[in-house]
Amino acid sequence: MSDFQQQALKLAALQRRGHDAGWLSDLRESGARQWMRSAWPGRKTELWKYTPLKALQNQSFEDWAQPQPGWQDDIELLPVNGCRLVFVNGVFDETQSDALPSQVSLFSRASEQGQQVLRDTLGTVLDTERHLFAALSNAWADEGVLLHVPANTVLEQPVYVVHVSTPQAQPSVASTRVLAVLEQGSKAELIEHYVSAGQQQNGFVNALTEVSMGANAAFRHTRINLEDESLLHIGGVHVALHRDARFEGFTIAEGSELKRIDYQVTHREPGAHLGLDGVYLAHGHQLLDYHTNIEHAAPHGTTDEVFRGIIGDRARAVFNGRIHIHPHAQKTLAELSNRNLLTSRTAEIDTKPELEIYADDVRCAHGATVSQLDGTALYYLQSRGITAEQARVMLSFGFINELLQQIPREEIREYLQRHLQVLFERSDSLIGDAGPLELHDDAAPADAGGKH
Amino acid sequence: MLEINELSAAVEGEPILKELSLSIGDGEVHAIMGPNGSGKSTLGNVLTGREGYEITGGSVRFNGKDLLEMDVQERAHEGVFLAFQYPVEIPGVSNMEFLKTAVDAKRKQAGQEPMSSVDFMRLARETSKQVQLDPSFLKRGVNEGFSGGEKKRNEILQMMLLEPSLCILDETDSGLDIDALQIIADGVNAMRDEKRSFLVVTHYQRLLDYIVPDKVHVLAGGRIVKTGGKELALELEKKGYSWLEDEVA
Repeated sequence: MSDFQQQALKLAALQRRGHDAGWLSDLRESGARQWMRSAWPGRKTELWKYTPLKALQNQSFEDWAQPQPGWQDDIELLPVNGCRLVFVNGVFDETQSDALPSQVSLFSRASEQGQQVLRDTLGTVLDTERHLFAALSNAWADEGVLLHVPANTVLEQPVYVVHVSTPQAQPSVASTRVLAVLEQGSKAELIEHYVSAGQQQNGFVNALTEVSMGANAAFRHTRINLEDESLLHIGGVHVALHRDARFEGFTIAEGSELKRIDYQVTHREPGAHLGLDGVYLAHGHQLLDYHTNIEHAAPHGTTDEVFRGIIGDRARAVFNGRIHIHPHAQKTLAELSNRNLLTSRTAEIDTKPELEIYADDVRCAHGATVSQLDGTALYYLQSRGITAEQARVMLSFGFINELLQQIPREEIREYLQRHLQVLFERSDSLIGDAGPLELHDDAAPADAGGKH
Repeated sequence: MLEINELSAAVEGEPILKELSLSIGDGEVHAIMGPNGSGKSTLGNVLTGREGYEITGGSVRFNGKDLLEMDVQERAHEGVFLAFQYPVEIPGVSNMEFLKTAVDAKRKQAGQEPMSSVDFMRLARETSKQVQLDPSFLKRGVNEGFSGGEKKRNEILQMMLLEPSLCILDETDSGLDIDALQIIADGVNAMRDEKRSFLVVTHYQRLLDYIVPDKVHVLAGGRIVKTGGKELALELEKKGYSWLEDEVA
C-alpha cells in the first residue's frame, strides 16, 4: 500500500460522523477492503498513464478539512432559481442552503424510505474495479445528497449543489457524494458546482456522483469544476441507464495541480440515450485529465459525446474517450468528437479515442484533432482592425462557446460565458502569444478520426 | 490615395506580382480584371498585409504613408478594407459581437469611446436592412451557415459600418446571381463619394454594369498589361484575355 492509501484508511477511521449511519457500514467496509488491496497506480497503469499522482503522494494528509466561515465574499454562485444545497469542505452549511423539498435529503437526515433507497442503490452504479477512487468514496461514505424522484414525477426546479473549498492550515481531505435515483418516467435536473474561496487550498477532494435512471427517466446534469488550481480533485460521475432513459450532461473544468474526472456510463437496457458535452482549460503548470468510459451493454442505445479543450503554456491535458459496444448491443449509434487547441509549443495534450466494438450492426464514429488557432480567421479579424491579441481571445472564446451556447439553462450559460471571457482576457498563458502562431509540421492539424 | 509603384511579391518563393504599378485617386473606382492565376487576389492580400506574402520589391503609399510597413490591423485603422472572396466562418462568435469589436477598435484608434450596445444594435440592424440581410443574422456565428450571397452581403455590411476610405472587393460577385449582385452593387454605390475609392477585382464584366468604374485594368502574369475606360471591360468580355497575353508576349 502506498502512503496515501494508508493515510486514507486512517482518515476513514477518524471521520467525525454527525449521524448514526450504521446502514452505511457495509459499504464502507467493502470500499476500504477494495481500496486496500488495489495496486497504487503508476506510469504502467493504463488508466493513469499520463496522470501521475505525485501531488497526492508528496503530502501527508492527516485530517479532514474543516468548514470555514466567511467564504461567501469570495465566490459568485449561479443565480439558479431552484433548491440550493451548500457544502463547505464537504460539510453541509445549513445557513446557506434552502429548505429541501421531499425529493431531496441529506444522507444523515434520510427518512426510512430514503435510507432504504440508499441501502439499495448507493454503490451499485459504481465500477470500483476500474475506478479506485470510487472505492475510496465508499470507504469514506458519510454525508451526501440523496435526490430521489419517484415514478412519473417531474421535479420542476433544478437542484443546485455547491461544493466550496477553503484554504486549510494542514493538508486535509474532503469527500463529497451525491446519489440521484430517478424512478421510471421521472424527470429532474442537477447542477453541481465546485468552487474555491481563496488560494493555497492545501486540500484534496474525492468527489463522486452516482446516477441511477429508471425506464424512460430524463435527467440533465451539469458539473462545473472551477476551483483554485492548488486544490487537488479526483472525481467521478457514474451513471446507469435503463430502458429508454435519457441523460444529458455538461461538464467544464479548469486544470489544477491534479485534476482527474471520470464519466462512467452504462447503457444497461435498450433504447437509452447519453448526451455529454465537456470543456477543459489548462494553463500554467496545470494538469487536467478527463476519462470517459461508455458501456453499451444493450441494443438501440445512442451516445453523442463532444469534448473540447484549450491547453496553453506548460500545461498538460489528457482526454481518453472509450466506447465499448458489447456483442449484443446491436443498432447502437455512438459518436465521439474531441478537439484540442494548443496555444503554446510547450503545452501538451494526450488524446485517445478508444472504440471497442463487438457487435456488427452499429454505427460508431470518432474523431480527435489537435490544432492551433486558424491563421485565416486571425487575419480576417485583424483585417477589420481587431488587434491580434483580441482576435486570439475571440477565436478561443468562440471555440469553447460553440458548446456553451448549447446549454439550455440561461443562467448557467451566461455565467460560464462571462467567466470564460474574463479568463481569456486575463490569462495570456491560456490564449498564447500576442502574435499569430504559424503552424509547423510538428504541430500541424492531426486527424485521428475514423468511422466504423 | 493609393500609389503602387513597381510592386513585386512572392508566395513561397514563387513570384506572383511583377513590378505592378497602379495609382488610384480620391473618389475613383478602378476595376481589375484578369484570368485566373494572374495575381488578382494576391494584390488584395498584399495590400491588407496578409502573412505568407513576401514583398520582393517596390512600394505602396497610402495617403502618403508607407502601407507595407504597417501590420494588418493598422492598415484597417488607416482605412483599408478588403471584402473577402471567401469570408471566414467563425462559429461561437456572434456576428454582432464581431462587428461591434471591429467598430470599437476603429473608434478607439480615433480616440473615441466604444459605442453603447443599444446604439450599436440599432445601427447594425439598420445597416443590415440596407444590404437586405435579415437582422437575425447578427445573432448567428460570424458567417456560420450563411449562403454564398449572405456571406458577401455580410462583407458589405462590415464595409458600411467601418466606413473605410479604400474598399477592395475581391471577386465579390463570384457565385452570385443577378439579384444578389444588384444588392451588393447598391450597397457599394450608396457608399461612393468624392473621398472614398474602390478597387474592384473581378473575373466577370457583368459586375461593372452595376458598379461603373472610372478605369479598367487588365492584370496578367503579375502585372498590368492594359488600362482603359469601362468599355475595355466589354471588349474583354467579347474577346477573352488571350489576345492581350499574345500582345504582351
